[in-house]
Amino acid sequence: MMLSDFPLWPEQASTVAPGVDALMTFMCIVCGGVSVLTFFVIFVLAIKYRRTPENQLAQDYEPPKALEAAWIIIPFLIFMFMFVWGSWLYFRIQRVPENAIDIYATGKQWMWKFQHASGQREINTLHVPVGRPIRITMASEDVIHSLFFPVFRVKADVLPNRYKTMWFQATKTGRFHIFCAEYCGTLHSGMIGWVEVMEPVDYQKWLAGGAEGSLASQGEKLFQKYACNTCHTNDATGRGPVLLGLYGTTVTLANNATVTADENYIRESILNPQAKIVKGFAPVMPTFQGQVSEDDLLKLVSYVHSLGTQKTAVVPVETPSSKNTSAGSPLKPGAGIPPQQDKGATP
Amino acid sequence: MSDITLGGPPPAPHAEEHHEHHHPFLQHHFEDLGQQHEASTLGMWVFLSTEILFFGGVLAAYWIYRVTYPEAWAIGAAQQIWWLGAINTIVLIISSLTMALAVRNAQLGRRMGTVYMLIATLFFGSIFLGVKMYEYTKHWQEGLFPGAAFHWNEVPALAPKVQLFMTFYWCLTGLHALHMVIGAGLLIWFIWRAWKGHFGPEYYGPVEIMGLYWHFVDIVWIFLFPFLYLIHGAHHG
Amino acid sequence: MSSLTLHDVRFVEPETTRNYITHDYGALSWLFTKDHKRIAILYLISITALFILGGFFAVVMRIELLTPEGDLLTSDTYNKFFTLHGIVMIFFFLIPSIPAVLGNFLLPLMLGAKDLAFPKINLLSWYLYIIAAVMGLYIIITGGVDTGWTFYTPFSTQYSNTHVFGVTFAAFIVGFSSILTGLNFLVTIHRMRAPGLTWFRLPLFVWAMYATSIVQLLATPVLAITLVMLMFERVVHVGIFDPALGGDPLLFQHMFWFYSHPAVYIMILPAMGVASEVVAAFTRKKIFGYTFVAYSSLAIAFLGFLVWAHHMFVAGISVYSAMIFSFLSYFVAVPSAIKVFNWTATLYRASVALMTPMLYILGFIGLFTIGGVTGLFLAAIGLDVHVTDTYFVVAHFHYVMVGGAVMAYMAGLHYWWPKITGRMYPEWWARLAALLVFAGFNLTFFPQFVLGYLGMPRRYHAYAPEFQVLNVMSTAGASVLAVGYALPLCYLLWSLWYGRPAGPNPWGAVGLEWATSSPPPMENFHETPVVTWDAYDYPAMMKAMGETQNV
Repeated sequence: MMLSDFPLWPEQASTVAPGVDALMTFMCIVCGGVSVLTFFVIFVLAIKYRRTPENQLAQDYEPPKALEAAWIIIPFLIFMFMFVWGSWLYFRIQRVPENAIDIYATGKQWMWKFQHASGQREINTLHVPVGRPIRITMASEDVIHSLFFPVFRVKADVLPNRYKTMWFQATKTGRFHIFCAEYCGTLHSGMIGWVEVMEPVDYQKWLAGGAEGSLASQGEKLFQKYACNTCHTNDATGRGPVLLGLYGTTVTLANNATVTADENYIRESILNPQAKIVKGFAPVMPTFQGQVSEDDLLKLVSYVHSLGTQKTAVVPVETPSSKNTSAGSPLKPGAGIPPQQDKGATP
Repeated sequence: MSDITLGGPPPAPHAEEHHEHHHPFLQHHFEDLGQQHEASTLGMWVFLSTEILFFGGVLAAYWIYRVTYPEAWAIGAAQQIWWLGAINTIVLIISSLTMALAVRNAQLGRRMGTVYMLIATLFFGSIFLGVKMYEYTKHWQEGLFPGAAFHWNEVPALAPKVQLFMTFYWCLTGLHALHMVIGAGLLIWFIWRAWKGHFGPEYYGPVEIMGLYWHFVDIVWIFLFPFLYLIHGAHHG
Repeated sequence: MSSLTLHDVRFVEPETTRNYITHDYGALSWLFTKDHKRIAILYLISITALFILGGFFAVVMRIELLTPEGDLLTSDTYNKFFTLHGIVMIFFFLIPSIPAVLGNFLLPLMLGAKDLAFPKINLLSWYLYIIAAVMGLYIIITGGVDTGWTFYTPFSTQYSNTHVFGVTFAAFIVGFSSILTGLNFLVTIHRMRAPGLTWFRLPLFVWAMYATSIVQLLATPVLAITLVMLMFERVVHVGIFDPALGGDPLLFQHMFWFYSHPAVYIMILPAMGVASEVVAAFTRKKIFGYTFVAYSSLAIAFLGFLVWAHHMFVAGISVYSAMIFSFLSYFVAVPSAIKVFNWTATLYRASVALMTPMLYILGFIGLFTIGGVTGLFLAAIGLDVHVTDTYFVVAHFHYVMVGGAVMAYMAGLHYWWPKITGRMYPEWWARLAALLVFAGFNLTFFPQFVLGYLGMPRRYHAYAPEFQVLNVMSTAGASVLAVGYALPLCYLLWSLWYGRPAGPNPWGAVGLEWATSSPPPMENFHETPVVTWDAYDYPAMMKAMGETQNV
């Protein structure tokens, strides 16, 4: 049996993984070193000054007070360094690159459903190309889950009724673990799968192997099915706002607040249209809560997204406001931001 | 600095040190009534600080949702009968006055004065609870109790959020009413003690502590009244 | 080992054996006692029983985890086991342990008082604990709970089919037990110190209990109200925390962790207090930097309230929130580091006796250090993204809670055993147990750091096969650990009848508790002491004693 049979860390399979491992190594060396040093000092002192018949009482001696200052200030500075490095790494993990491929995920007890933009659907397996950034937009159908790829060193909780995103860029092909990392009930430990990282050519082949049409085109069919087009026409005569070119733009609401038209906004407008009425329109849109499944929601959102002309320019960076529809402060009176948005109920 | 003198020869069993006049309500582990009074008072203040955190938690949640759903909150507040809440506020403030007077009477050794003021406090507290019962009954009939019994539907689009408001209403006023009921029970006990002549200038601590508790319950209500009854906002339409 | 050595030469041992144990006979005299020492014994018995229960859940889980498949228990049963292990160990063992047993017994003694400020409330605390424990036991027997001790919504409110209401109600009640203990301690320390006992003459254990009490008082009510809202939602089906009904599951997490992070300081601060006492006694020196150690307890209590969302880095909080909480989490590590270095410095030119309590405390210092530095790992957000919700976290908190708090509890139990019972425990058996605990602990939990970094998530009933070797190591360690805990149960009980009788001060330590008989009389001191010396004033005491002997 080789030492490689007992790995201490998973494979590094993403652009971020080496950075995470580097920080880990640094922490191990520094913290381990200081700890070992402390234990050594304790060991030495406990032996050297052990109680003997000649050494019943401690010597009346106090180490210099400057020592106290030293071991307050030096650890603090080291901690600050750790904080900065950890935060910098965190920014890298949060910031989605511009040309990311979109994948949509749904977590539900107890499986992962993935949908590719071109329409391919998978359960518990995720095929991705190597060397391209992948952005996963995800929601849960029931309880909180967490999507975890150990080899990519990324995870994010998956919440009900709210979209979250995470991203990674795989750097090697292969088959790697997917785990659910937030306890979600009976088969929490069974909510696992595999991510298959493939060469781009193979990925294209795989994609082409059968789909019902892209997510967006399926969404268009639903758009007709639910008669959305009767109010959302392509000109100003409709009862509802024009959706062509909407995605990514800033919308002014009836109460003069503004909002960015992103996935969460579109989703909310379908499920709870009264929450944000666009300025100049009557609040007549019915709610589709209970009629549209999570899967169908993804398709509709994908369709409206595809109607937009400003795909990524407005939402390039994975900051708190990117999955947030409010351009203003959540405390602005009348902003009426429902807790679906990242900033609304949870500062 | 280096003199360690600890205890002397132990006394014979059962022998204890007594003070000149052993007050019947001096507990054995305190040196004197002064220490007992200081400890008890500090204890009540500390307990009240835990109550602040207790109510504070649900008030924080209330505020987060108020900021998130301002319309629903305004509508929810509009379902309350504001003048009943106002009457209750005045009643409670008066009861705090009578409670303070009870403490004063106890300090001055006026036995019946203490009794009457405590009875008055209980009286006004009961009025408060009676009004609350009336409000609760009315809310129940109007379908404003959250959960399966919720059938209020004047503004259908906001009904779930109004239900959330009512959840906070029932939680906050319910917890407050529970504290009042406990306070009322304590008052009955204190009326009996005062009537028996337990309290006087050298021992009025319990009445003072009862007063602290009662004032606290009053102050909580002074926050709840505007938070739950007096929100004005743009209504739908 | 020679027997008792240092006596307070002016203290005369009473001829009678009348002490708090022999003062009264009969179960009722114990069940209706108002004496803090008897209440401490009641707590000792109760939490030992609950510790065995919590340990049982752990043992079965570790056996299950010998194999990757879930083949010993059903998934639902396993989920209930880790939930109940957490609930029992945290709420019914760790949080009460040092405060309710050692704090209750020692605080009045250390302060020169006859009892705590509110003896009846002290007894009420114990009854609330028992009522909650009985409720918990009933729930365990009738099906248990499977939400995890963290009760995350909406799983706990809408999806779990187990006794969520009952268990949260039990937790609510035991929370009040904790609040009342904190209230009692705080008032006692403020108002019942003996004449001459100023704040900076107090033993560091008292400072630690003071800081703990502040946390208990201010944090626990927030848990109480969170559980009330959880219960309301569970029963009435409203949407405070349920997004399907307009609520926010993250609000629950914020409110829950606002208590549960300070709660871990409720568990560790008393342990640090015990460490200061034991280090001082077995080095015969005042703790280096006494003032800094005292203030660091207060600093930990305060800063501990500011870091809760570091449990939520991947839960959906904003990037900027995450950074603030990460920054503050590094802050709170500083006072803990101060203590560790100060205890170490106390050893310099001291007289170090490696008796069992000191062995446990040296183990505590080592294991708490490892647990604490792994907290630094978790505070680095970029690293936390990978290791949160994995066994890395499980290892971290077991290092601080078990390697830390439980070791310190064992140290304190052994250190003050002669005072509490009037008997010495058998030293060599005790040292053996301490070494077994130390070795078993490390073998159990160190592999879990590796498991976590490799990606094994926590709360997993079945796991990927490549994780098996480390899991087997962990279970092997657990069996050693179990023996290490079983031994004290046996020999401490044995010592009650056959242990060597102890005098007032078997360790030759400085402290008011050592200036009265072992066990103490009902009223603690025959005469209220007047304190004219500093804390841990060993040189002065030795001069006053006028004798030096081996211990």
